[in-house]
Amino acid sequence: MADGAALRVIYIIGAIYGLLVLATAAISVIRWRAPNNDTKELSERVTSWWFMITVFAIAILTDRVVSTIFLGFVAFMALKEYLSLIPTRRVDRLIVLFAYLAIPAQFIFAHNNRYGLFLTFIPVWMFLFFPMAMTLAGRTEGFLKAVGTLSWGMMITVFALSHTAILLASGQAAGPAGGAGLLLFLVALTQLNDVAQFTWGKLFGQRKITPTVSPNKTWEGFLGGLATTGAVAAVAGPFLTPLGVLMSAAAGVMIAIAGFLGDVTISAFKRDLGVKDSGGLIPGHGGILDRVDSLTYSAPVFYHFMHFFVFSGRIT
Amino acid sequence: MIKILRILFFALVVRPILLIILGVNVRGRENLPKKGPAIIVANHNSHLDTLTLMALFPLRRLPRLRPVAAMDYFLKNKALAWFALNIIGIIPLARGGVQKNPLANLQAALDEEDILILFPEGSRGAPEQRTDFKRGVAFLAKAQPKTPVFPVYMYGLGKALPKGSLILVPFNCDVAAGAPFWWEGDVAAFMARLEAEMDTLSDVVNAQPWE
Repeated sequence: MADGAALRVIYIIGAIYGLLVLATAAISVIRWRAPNNDTKELSERVTSWWFMITVFAIAILTDRVVSTIFLGFVAFMALKEYLSLIPTRRVDRLIVLFAYLAIPAQFIFAHNNRYGLFLTFIPVWMFLFFPMAMTLAGRTEGFLKAVGTLSWGMMITVFALSHTAILLASGQAAGPAGGAGLLLFLVALTQLNDVAQFTWGKLFGQRKITPTVSPNKTWEGFLGGLATTGAVAAVAGPFLTPLGVLMSAAAGVMIAIAGFLGDVTISAFKRDLGVKDSGGLIPGHGGILDRVDSLTYSAPVFYHFMHFFVFSGRIT
Repeated sequence: MIKILRILFFALVVRPILLIILGVNVRGRENLPKKGPAIIVANHNSHLDTLTLMALFPLRRLPRLRPVAAMDYFLKNKALAWFALNIIGIIPLARGGVQKNPLANLQAALDEEDILILFPEGSRGAPEQRTDFKRGVAFLAKAQPKTPVFPVYMYGLGKALPKGSLILVPFNCDVAAGAPFWWEGDVAAFMARLEAEMDTLSDVVNAQPWE
């Protein structure tokens, strides 16, 4: 990473830490003014943010190999959480092991920016491999459910999240802050959109947007988050990416919409299984899937947006 | 020397595997005993059950943790016996009532303020399917009425490493620890209490058995 590019990433991470300091201070003020309010979950959440942002910052600032391994590990934890939540068949144990082994392969393709292999490995090759292996294992009872759940899980966790790693690789020479700048833009805006949606929804939420899936989501929260994310993107985009103000805002709006859809999709999955959180890894947040749910949609959408406009040379 | 090996095994092998490859969700960690004597009673699905339970304790507690394990299985060859006795620190127990006073070793360990880990199902059995607890644990509680009994329910390790498999496949596992209870004067009542505690703990965990 060129020094100037790294510096831009560091500035933005500094700004994020500034927001965290504000959030931590706000919680202290709430505690002091209204000691009876239950702030345990909120303060746990903010403490976890400190931790997650620090890990993420170290991962993207050290070296691209470290970054890719970190992103692959997140995908591994997401897949593991998914496979631990769904019913599986004992006969498929080895096939599940192959699903895990596909993660390093997928992230190596991403790291080396092998666009064709990256795009086909899971949606074509693993898609064909899972049912074949299950057929050869010989048990037809529950076949469709097993192959369906495993394939979808691979797509929503490993394939979707691996877009973060290829974004890092493709973006090497793109824009003033390189691949790390693009990744930071994507991840920070996705998470900001979650927080903004939550906050706008808490303050002004009236009309439920998906009453049966996620009853806490409201139109007010969704639109407030969308406006916030779009506005922040318009400012941060020209600083971190090769996009101009308008295109940056458009990318921000797409990230907001995709993030919302990812969030409610994972909610539908959890609701079907009758669990509230996907795990207990991150205090105040739940599991890793609860944290990257929005990213499962926003990462592919933003990567392919960038691929269409920037990496393919339509915007230089 | 062996003590150091034991600590190294847990610090450098068991804990990293549990942390990175498996992932353990613990509920009710504060319920686990802080010191011996204590009897931990858990359901049994996998060899990993013992290691996972032991890894929930700080390393300095390690010398006090004594899993009770089947003599016929763990002492069947020299290498396994050395590993089981020295590194895991098991107290061997003869299955099927062939020992004169099978509880003597266990009581001696409790007198030394050890924390016993018992799997009253007697065998790992079919993974993630609980079988009835054997009553030996009730007789141990009867002999040591002042020793607290800690129920622990474990789920998921039977998927990661079930009986009959040598290949570890990553799955998250859940451990739910309950508050202790004591012997109350009747074997049947003790067993009923224990089963009820396990049922309550298993409800806390989102268990998805094999299909």
